[in-house]
Order: sequence, then structure tokens, then C-alpha cells
Amino acid sequence: MTALFEVKNLTIDIPVPSGMLHAVRGISFEAMRGETLCIVGESGCGKSLTSLAMMDLLPTTAIRNAEKMTFQGQDMRSFSEHQMSDIRGSQMGMIFQEPMTSLNPSYSIGDQLTEMLIRHKNASRAEARERAIYLLEKVGITAAASRLNQYPHQLSGGLRQRVMIAMMLMCDPALIIADEPTTALDVTIQAQILLLLAELQKEFDMGLILITHDLGVVARVADRVAVMYAGEIVEAGTAEEIFNRPTHPYTQGLLDCIPIPGKTARGAKLGAIPGIVPSLVGVIEGCSFRERCKYASDACAKPGIELVPVSGIVEEHVTHDYRCVLSADQCVENLAGNA
Amino acid sequence: MLIYSLKRFGVAILVTFAVSVITFVLLHASGDPAMAMAGEGATQEDIEYVREHFGFNRPMLVQYIDWFVRALQGDFGISIYLKIPVAEVIAAKAPITAILGASALTFALLISIPLGVLAAMKPNTIFDRIALTIAVIGQAMPTFWFALLMMIFFGITLRILPVSGNTTWQHFVMPSIALGYYAMPAIMRLTRAGMIEVLSSDYIRTARAKGLRPRTVLFKHALRNAIIPVVSLSAVQLGFMLGGSIIIETIFSLKGLGNLAWQSIQRSDFDVMQALVLSIAMFYILLTYLADLLNAFLDPRIRVS
Repeated sequence: MTALFEVKNLTIDIPVPSGMLHAVRGISFEAMRGETLCIVGESGCGKSLTSLAMMDLLPTTAIRNAEKMTFQGQDMRSFSEHQMSDIRGSQMGMIFQEPMTSLNPSYSIGDQLTEMLIRHKNASRAEARERAIYLLEKVGITAAASRLNQYPHQLSGGLRQRVMIAMMLMCDPALIIADEPTTALDVTIQAQILLLLAELQKEFDMGLILITHDLGVVARVADRVAVMYAGEIVEAGTAEEIFNRPTHPYTQGLLDCIPIPGKTARGAKLGAIPGIVPSLVGVIEGCSFRERCKYASDACAKPGIELVPVSGIVEEHVTHDYRCVLSADQCVENLAGNA
Repeated sequence: MLIYSLKRFGVAILVTFAVSVITFVLLHASGDPAMAMAGEGATQEDIEYVREHFGFNRPMLVQYIDWFVRALQGDFGISIYLKIPVAEVIAAKAPITAILGASALTFALLISIPLGVLAAMKPNTIFDRIALTIAVIGQAMPTFWFALLMMIFFGITLRILPVSGNTTWQHFVMPSIALGYYAMPAIMRLTRAGMIEVLSSDYIRTARAKGLRPRTVLFKHALRNAIIPVVSLSAVQLGFMLGGSIIIETIFSLKGLGNLAWQSIQRSDFDVMQALVLSIAMFYILLTYLADLLNAFLDPRIRVS
């Protein structure tokens, strides 16, 4: 299976007064059709910038570089703004973190939905309207036809996010990037929206890149997971592998932070990762997580710690890579010793 | 929308009434109208006669009600200098001022909105600096001085535009520019600030993520939102321009309301002054009302509750 989207060694640098901020430091991943890839990590690790880089929507000051960046086999690095705008929305959709402010307050829902189809597919107003109603119903909005005449301020956050999802589906894209689509929503709505996304991904056979810091969500919808820390991928693999055999100490720490029904005792303390994310200004030598890692040794300060496969995987389609000086077995043992 | 416009209309009526009271009181506080009307060298008997004849000896409240009731019927009294009804005088002069105001505002908007958009699209570049310079000059330079400079250059040196009168459209070019230039900087700065804010908003990012063409993003999605505060400001600026037209009309000898106001003040023509202030205020109130309606049309958050 060829990748829908593939990026190799992506870096995003942002000049700041104190030097160069290396927000994303050489990450590689691919997204497949019909598959959900979750990119996980805490705030400020470069997840959102990565997603904006894919759409070529980075702030003008940010500098994007990549060894390889392809979408459906085409090299995206050479695309002009005009070519990019043809792809955006029509083949690649993006759902943002802030449903409250992501819709234009001056135009009706119908206008904002239909203009996409009119722009990309030369559809007539009536056709676009029909598709908008169909998709609004698909994303679980009742009285869809009458909603078209409503304005964003008349809708709740959850509804607005549903409208955003419907909007991005208008042109039947091959890939949807959802950047923390539920962060700004009510807890009760969060699960609904995520399950809806996962459902739609299957129904329309799209690739879905879901960016989140909520591991509970990841466990439910991900096919593959990439864990980011300080602008790098520290662990990546199929979802089952990551959850069953978390190898990198950071992934282990993240998983330790969420309670597991039946396993976590009532009143027991949840894990926490001490310390804060290191400053990304300037070069980080060695492992970026070593300051916060309880297994850190002198070896961690040496540069050139690569992302390597976890040994002993023989099954087809199962992948699992990690970035640590310790052997995978040692990492897993560490975790067992802790529990 | 209907309720909103009715509410605004109610407010407009109340403001008009308040303005009429304030004008009346201020004018009567500015000096004894009887003494002014009797003129210099009038005897005490003459003044008393005028006071009696025009009813200035009655209580202020009675005078106001009398004036107000007649004003409601369109009777603003008779100009003591021109000896014709005030309403007629104003009706004759109003079109000139209206043309001047409209063309000055058009000039200001045509220059300031594109400049503001351009400055916002390329902040801190040479375009932005040029726009800023134009704005600073406009704000710092007194209108009358700018008007005189233009008269010297276009009227006397180049001889391409007439310097006084109001018979052809060419007569309105310089006054409109002089008056409009004064309003331009504020509108431009507001457009620029609004556009910069809107361009960095989440919904513009959405519009780009939808793959819309850059001009659709800029004009349909950004400008529509950035222009909303500009509408209100334009109404206010036009109000200022009506005030400024007193100077501009005098400089260019345009026989409009501004010119009439200036002459009436010199002639102590009370009824004319009173009616002028009220009609300029009403014009301003009408503009604000129209701006409110336009805003409601542009912004569904006002229109649809």
C-alpha cells in the first residue's frame, strides 16, 4: 500500500529574538488511506505546527524543510500557493482546535459549506446545498436544511465543530487532519465528536490524522500512533504495540497519567511526569527527555540517538520504533519493575 | 431586524430632541438676542421694542415650546437679515453641502480603505510606511492650510481648477479633497488595524484551509468583517466634515450650509443659526442611524439574535 501522505525529516524553525526555535526537529511519518494515525504529545511539542506544515498554512515567519513530502505521490515541496489552494479543502481537509472562532461570523452556515464545493468542483448552488444538507445530517445535525440559514453565533461549540467536520467533508477529501478537535469542547461532547470522526473515516475510507494529547481517545480510534516529545517522534508504531508494550520512558509516563478502569485502585495516585518540556531554542544534544527521565544516565547526553525498531517483531504490518539508549527489553523491564 | 431598526429610530428621535433643547439654551445664553438684533447704536427703547416684538421677554420655556411647535410644522422663523423664511434659505443651500460631504467621504473611503488593506497585508513594509506617512500628514496638517496650498498649486500655478464658487463640478474637486483628507487617516488606520486582526483570526485560517482563492479569502472573508467598525467611524467622520465644511466652504466660497453658518454668526441671525445647528445635527443623527442599519446588515450578530 502506498502512503497517502508521506513526510521525511520534517523540520520547522521559527526565528525568535533569543535565537532559532527548532519547533519540529526532523520527524518522519506517513498516513495511509482508510487508516487513523494519532500524533500524541503534550502542549508545545510541535504537533499543531506539524499539521499546519502539512497544509502549508504555517505562520509566515516559520521555516519549513523536509527531505521528502508527498501527497498522493506528488512532491508537495514544489507546489505553488495556487496549487496548494487547489488541494486544500478538496483533497486534504483540516479541522481545528477552536470551533468557537473557526467559522466566519458574517456568513451563514450554508454559505460557508457550499462555497467549498462551488470553488473546487464547479458545483451549482443547488447541488452544493444538497450535499451540505446530506453531510450535516451525516454529522448528526438535526433539521439540517434550516440550519443552513443560521449563523455561527446561533450554534453551540459542539454543533460548530460538527459543521466544521461536515465542511471539510464537502469535497470528499482523501485525508483529514484533525488538530485537537475536541479540546475546546465539553467533556460530554468530546467522545461523541471523536467517535463521529472515526466513523466517518471508515465510511468515506479516508486517511485521518488525529492530533491529540488524550490517550484515552487514542486507544479507542488509532490504528497507528506516533508519540512526539520536544519536536521529535520518540516512539511510533501500531496502536496495539504502543499500548501493550510502551517502550520509551516518555510514553510510559504518559500512559501512567491516565487511570484505567478496573486496574487503577480507587484513591491511588496517578502518575505524573516531573519537570517541564525543555526550551526548543538552540540545539538539543542527546535525548530531549533526559532531564525528566528517571532512567537517565550519562549515555543519554550523547548526540545521535536514533529512532530504531523494537527487536523481536515478526508479524506483518506490525511496526514499533523507539528512540532511547536503553534496549527495548530493558525499557519494558523498567516499567514492570515500577508497577 | 425590524425591532432593532425601530429601537435605533427611537433613540435618534430622542437625540434630536435633546440637541434642539441644548442648541436653544446655548444660543440664548450666548448673548441677548434683542440687543444683537437691534444692532449697534440702538437706543434702549429700540432694544425693548425688539424684545417685546419678537417675544424675547417671555420665559425661556415658553419661548422654546413656541419655537419647537412651529419647527415641527417646518416653520423655523424668518431670517432677520435675508428677510425670507429660514426653511427656504436652508433648503436652497443644503444640496451644496450635501454634495461636498458626499464627495469628500467618497474620496476619503476610496483612498483610505485600499491603503489600509494594503498596509495590513504587508505590515511593516514600505507600503505600510507610506500609508502611515500619508496618515500622519493628514492628521497633523490643518485643513485650511492644506486647502490654501492646493489653491496655490492647482488654482494659481497650474491653473487647472477653479479656486472659488460652486457652478461646475470642478469647483467641488479641491474642497472635497481638502475635507476628505482630514477624515482619511482615521479610516485608514482603523481599516489597517481591523484587517490585521481579522487576517490573523481562526476563521481566515479556516478559509485558507478550505482552499479558497486568495482574493476570496481577502475580500469575502476578511474585509467584510474588518469593515464593520469602519462603517460607524465613517458616519462620525462625516459628522466632523459637516463641521469642517464651515471653514472649507468659506475658503472656497461655496455657498452651502457651512458658509451660511459663518455668515449668520457674523450677522447674529439667531433663527438661521438655530435651524442650522439643528439641521446639521439631524443630518448627523440620520447618518449614524443609517450606519447602524448598515452594520446590522453586515453583521448577523446584530441582525439575528
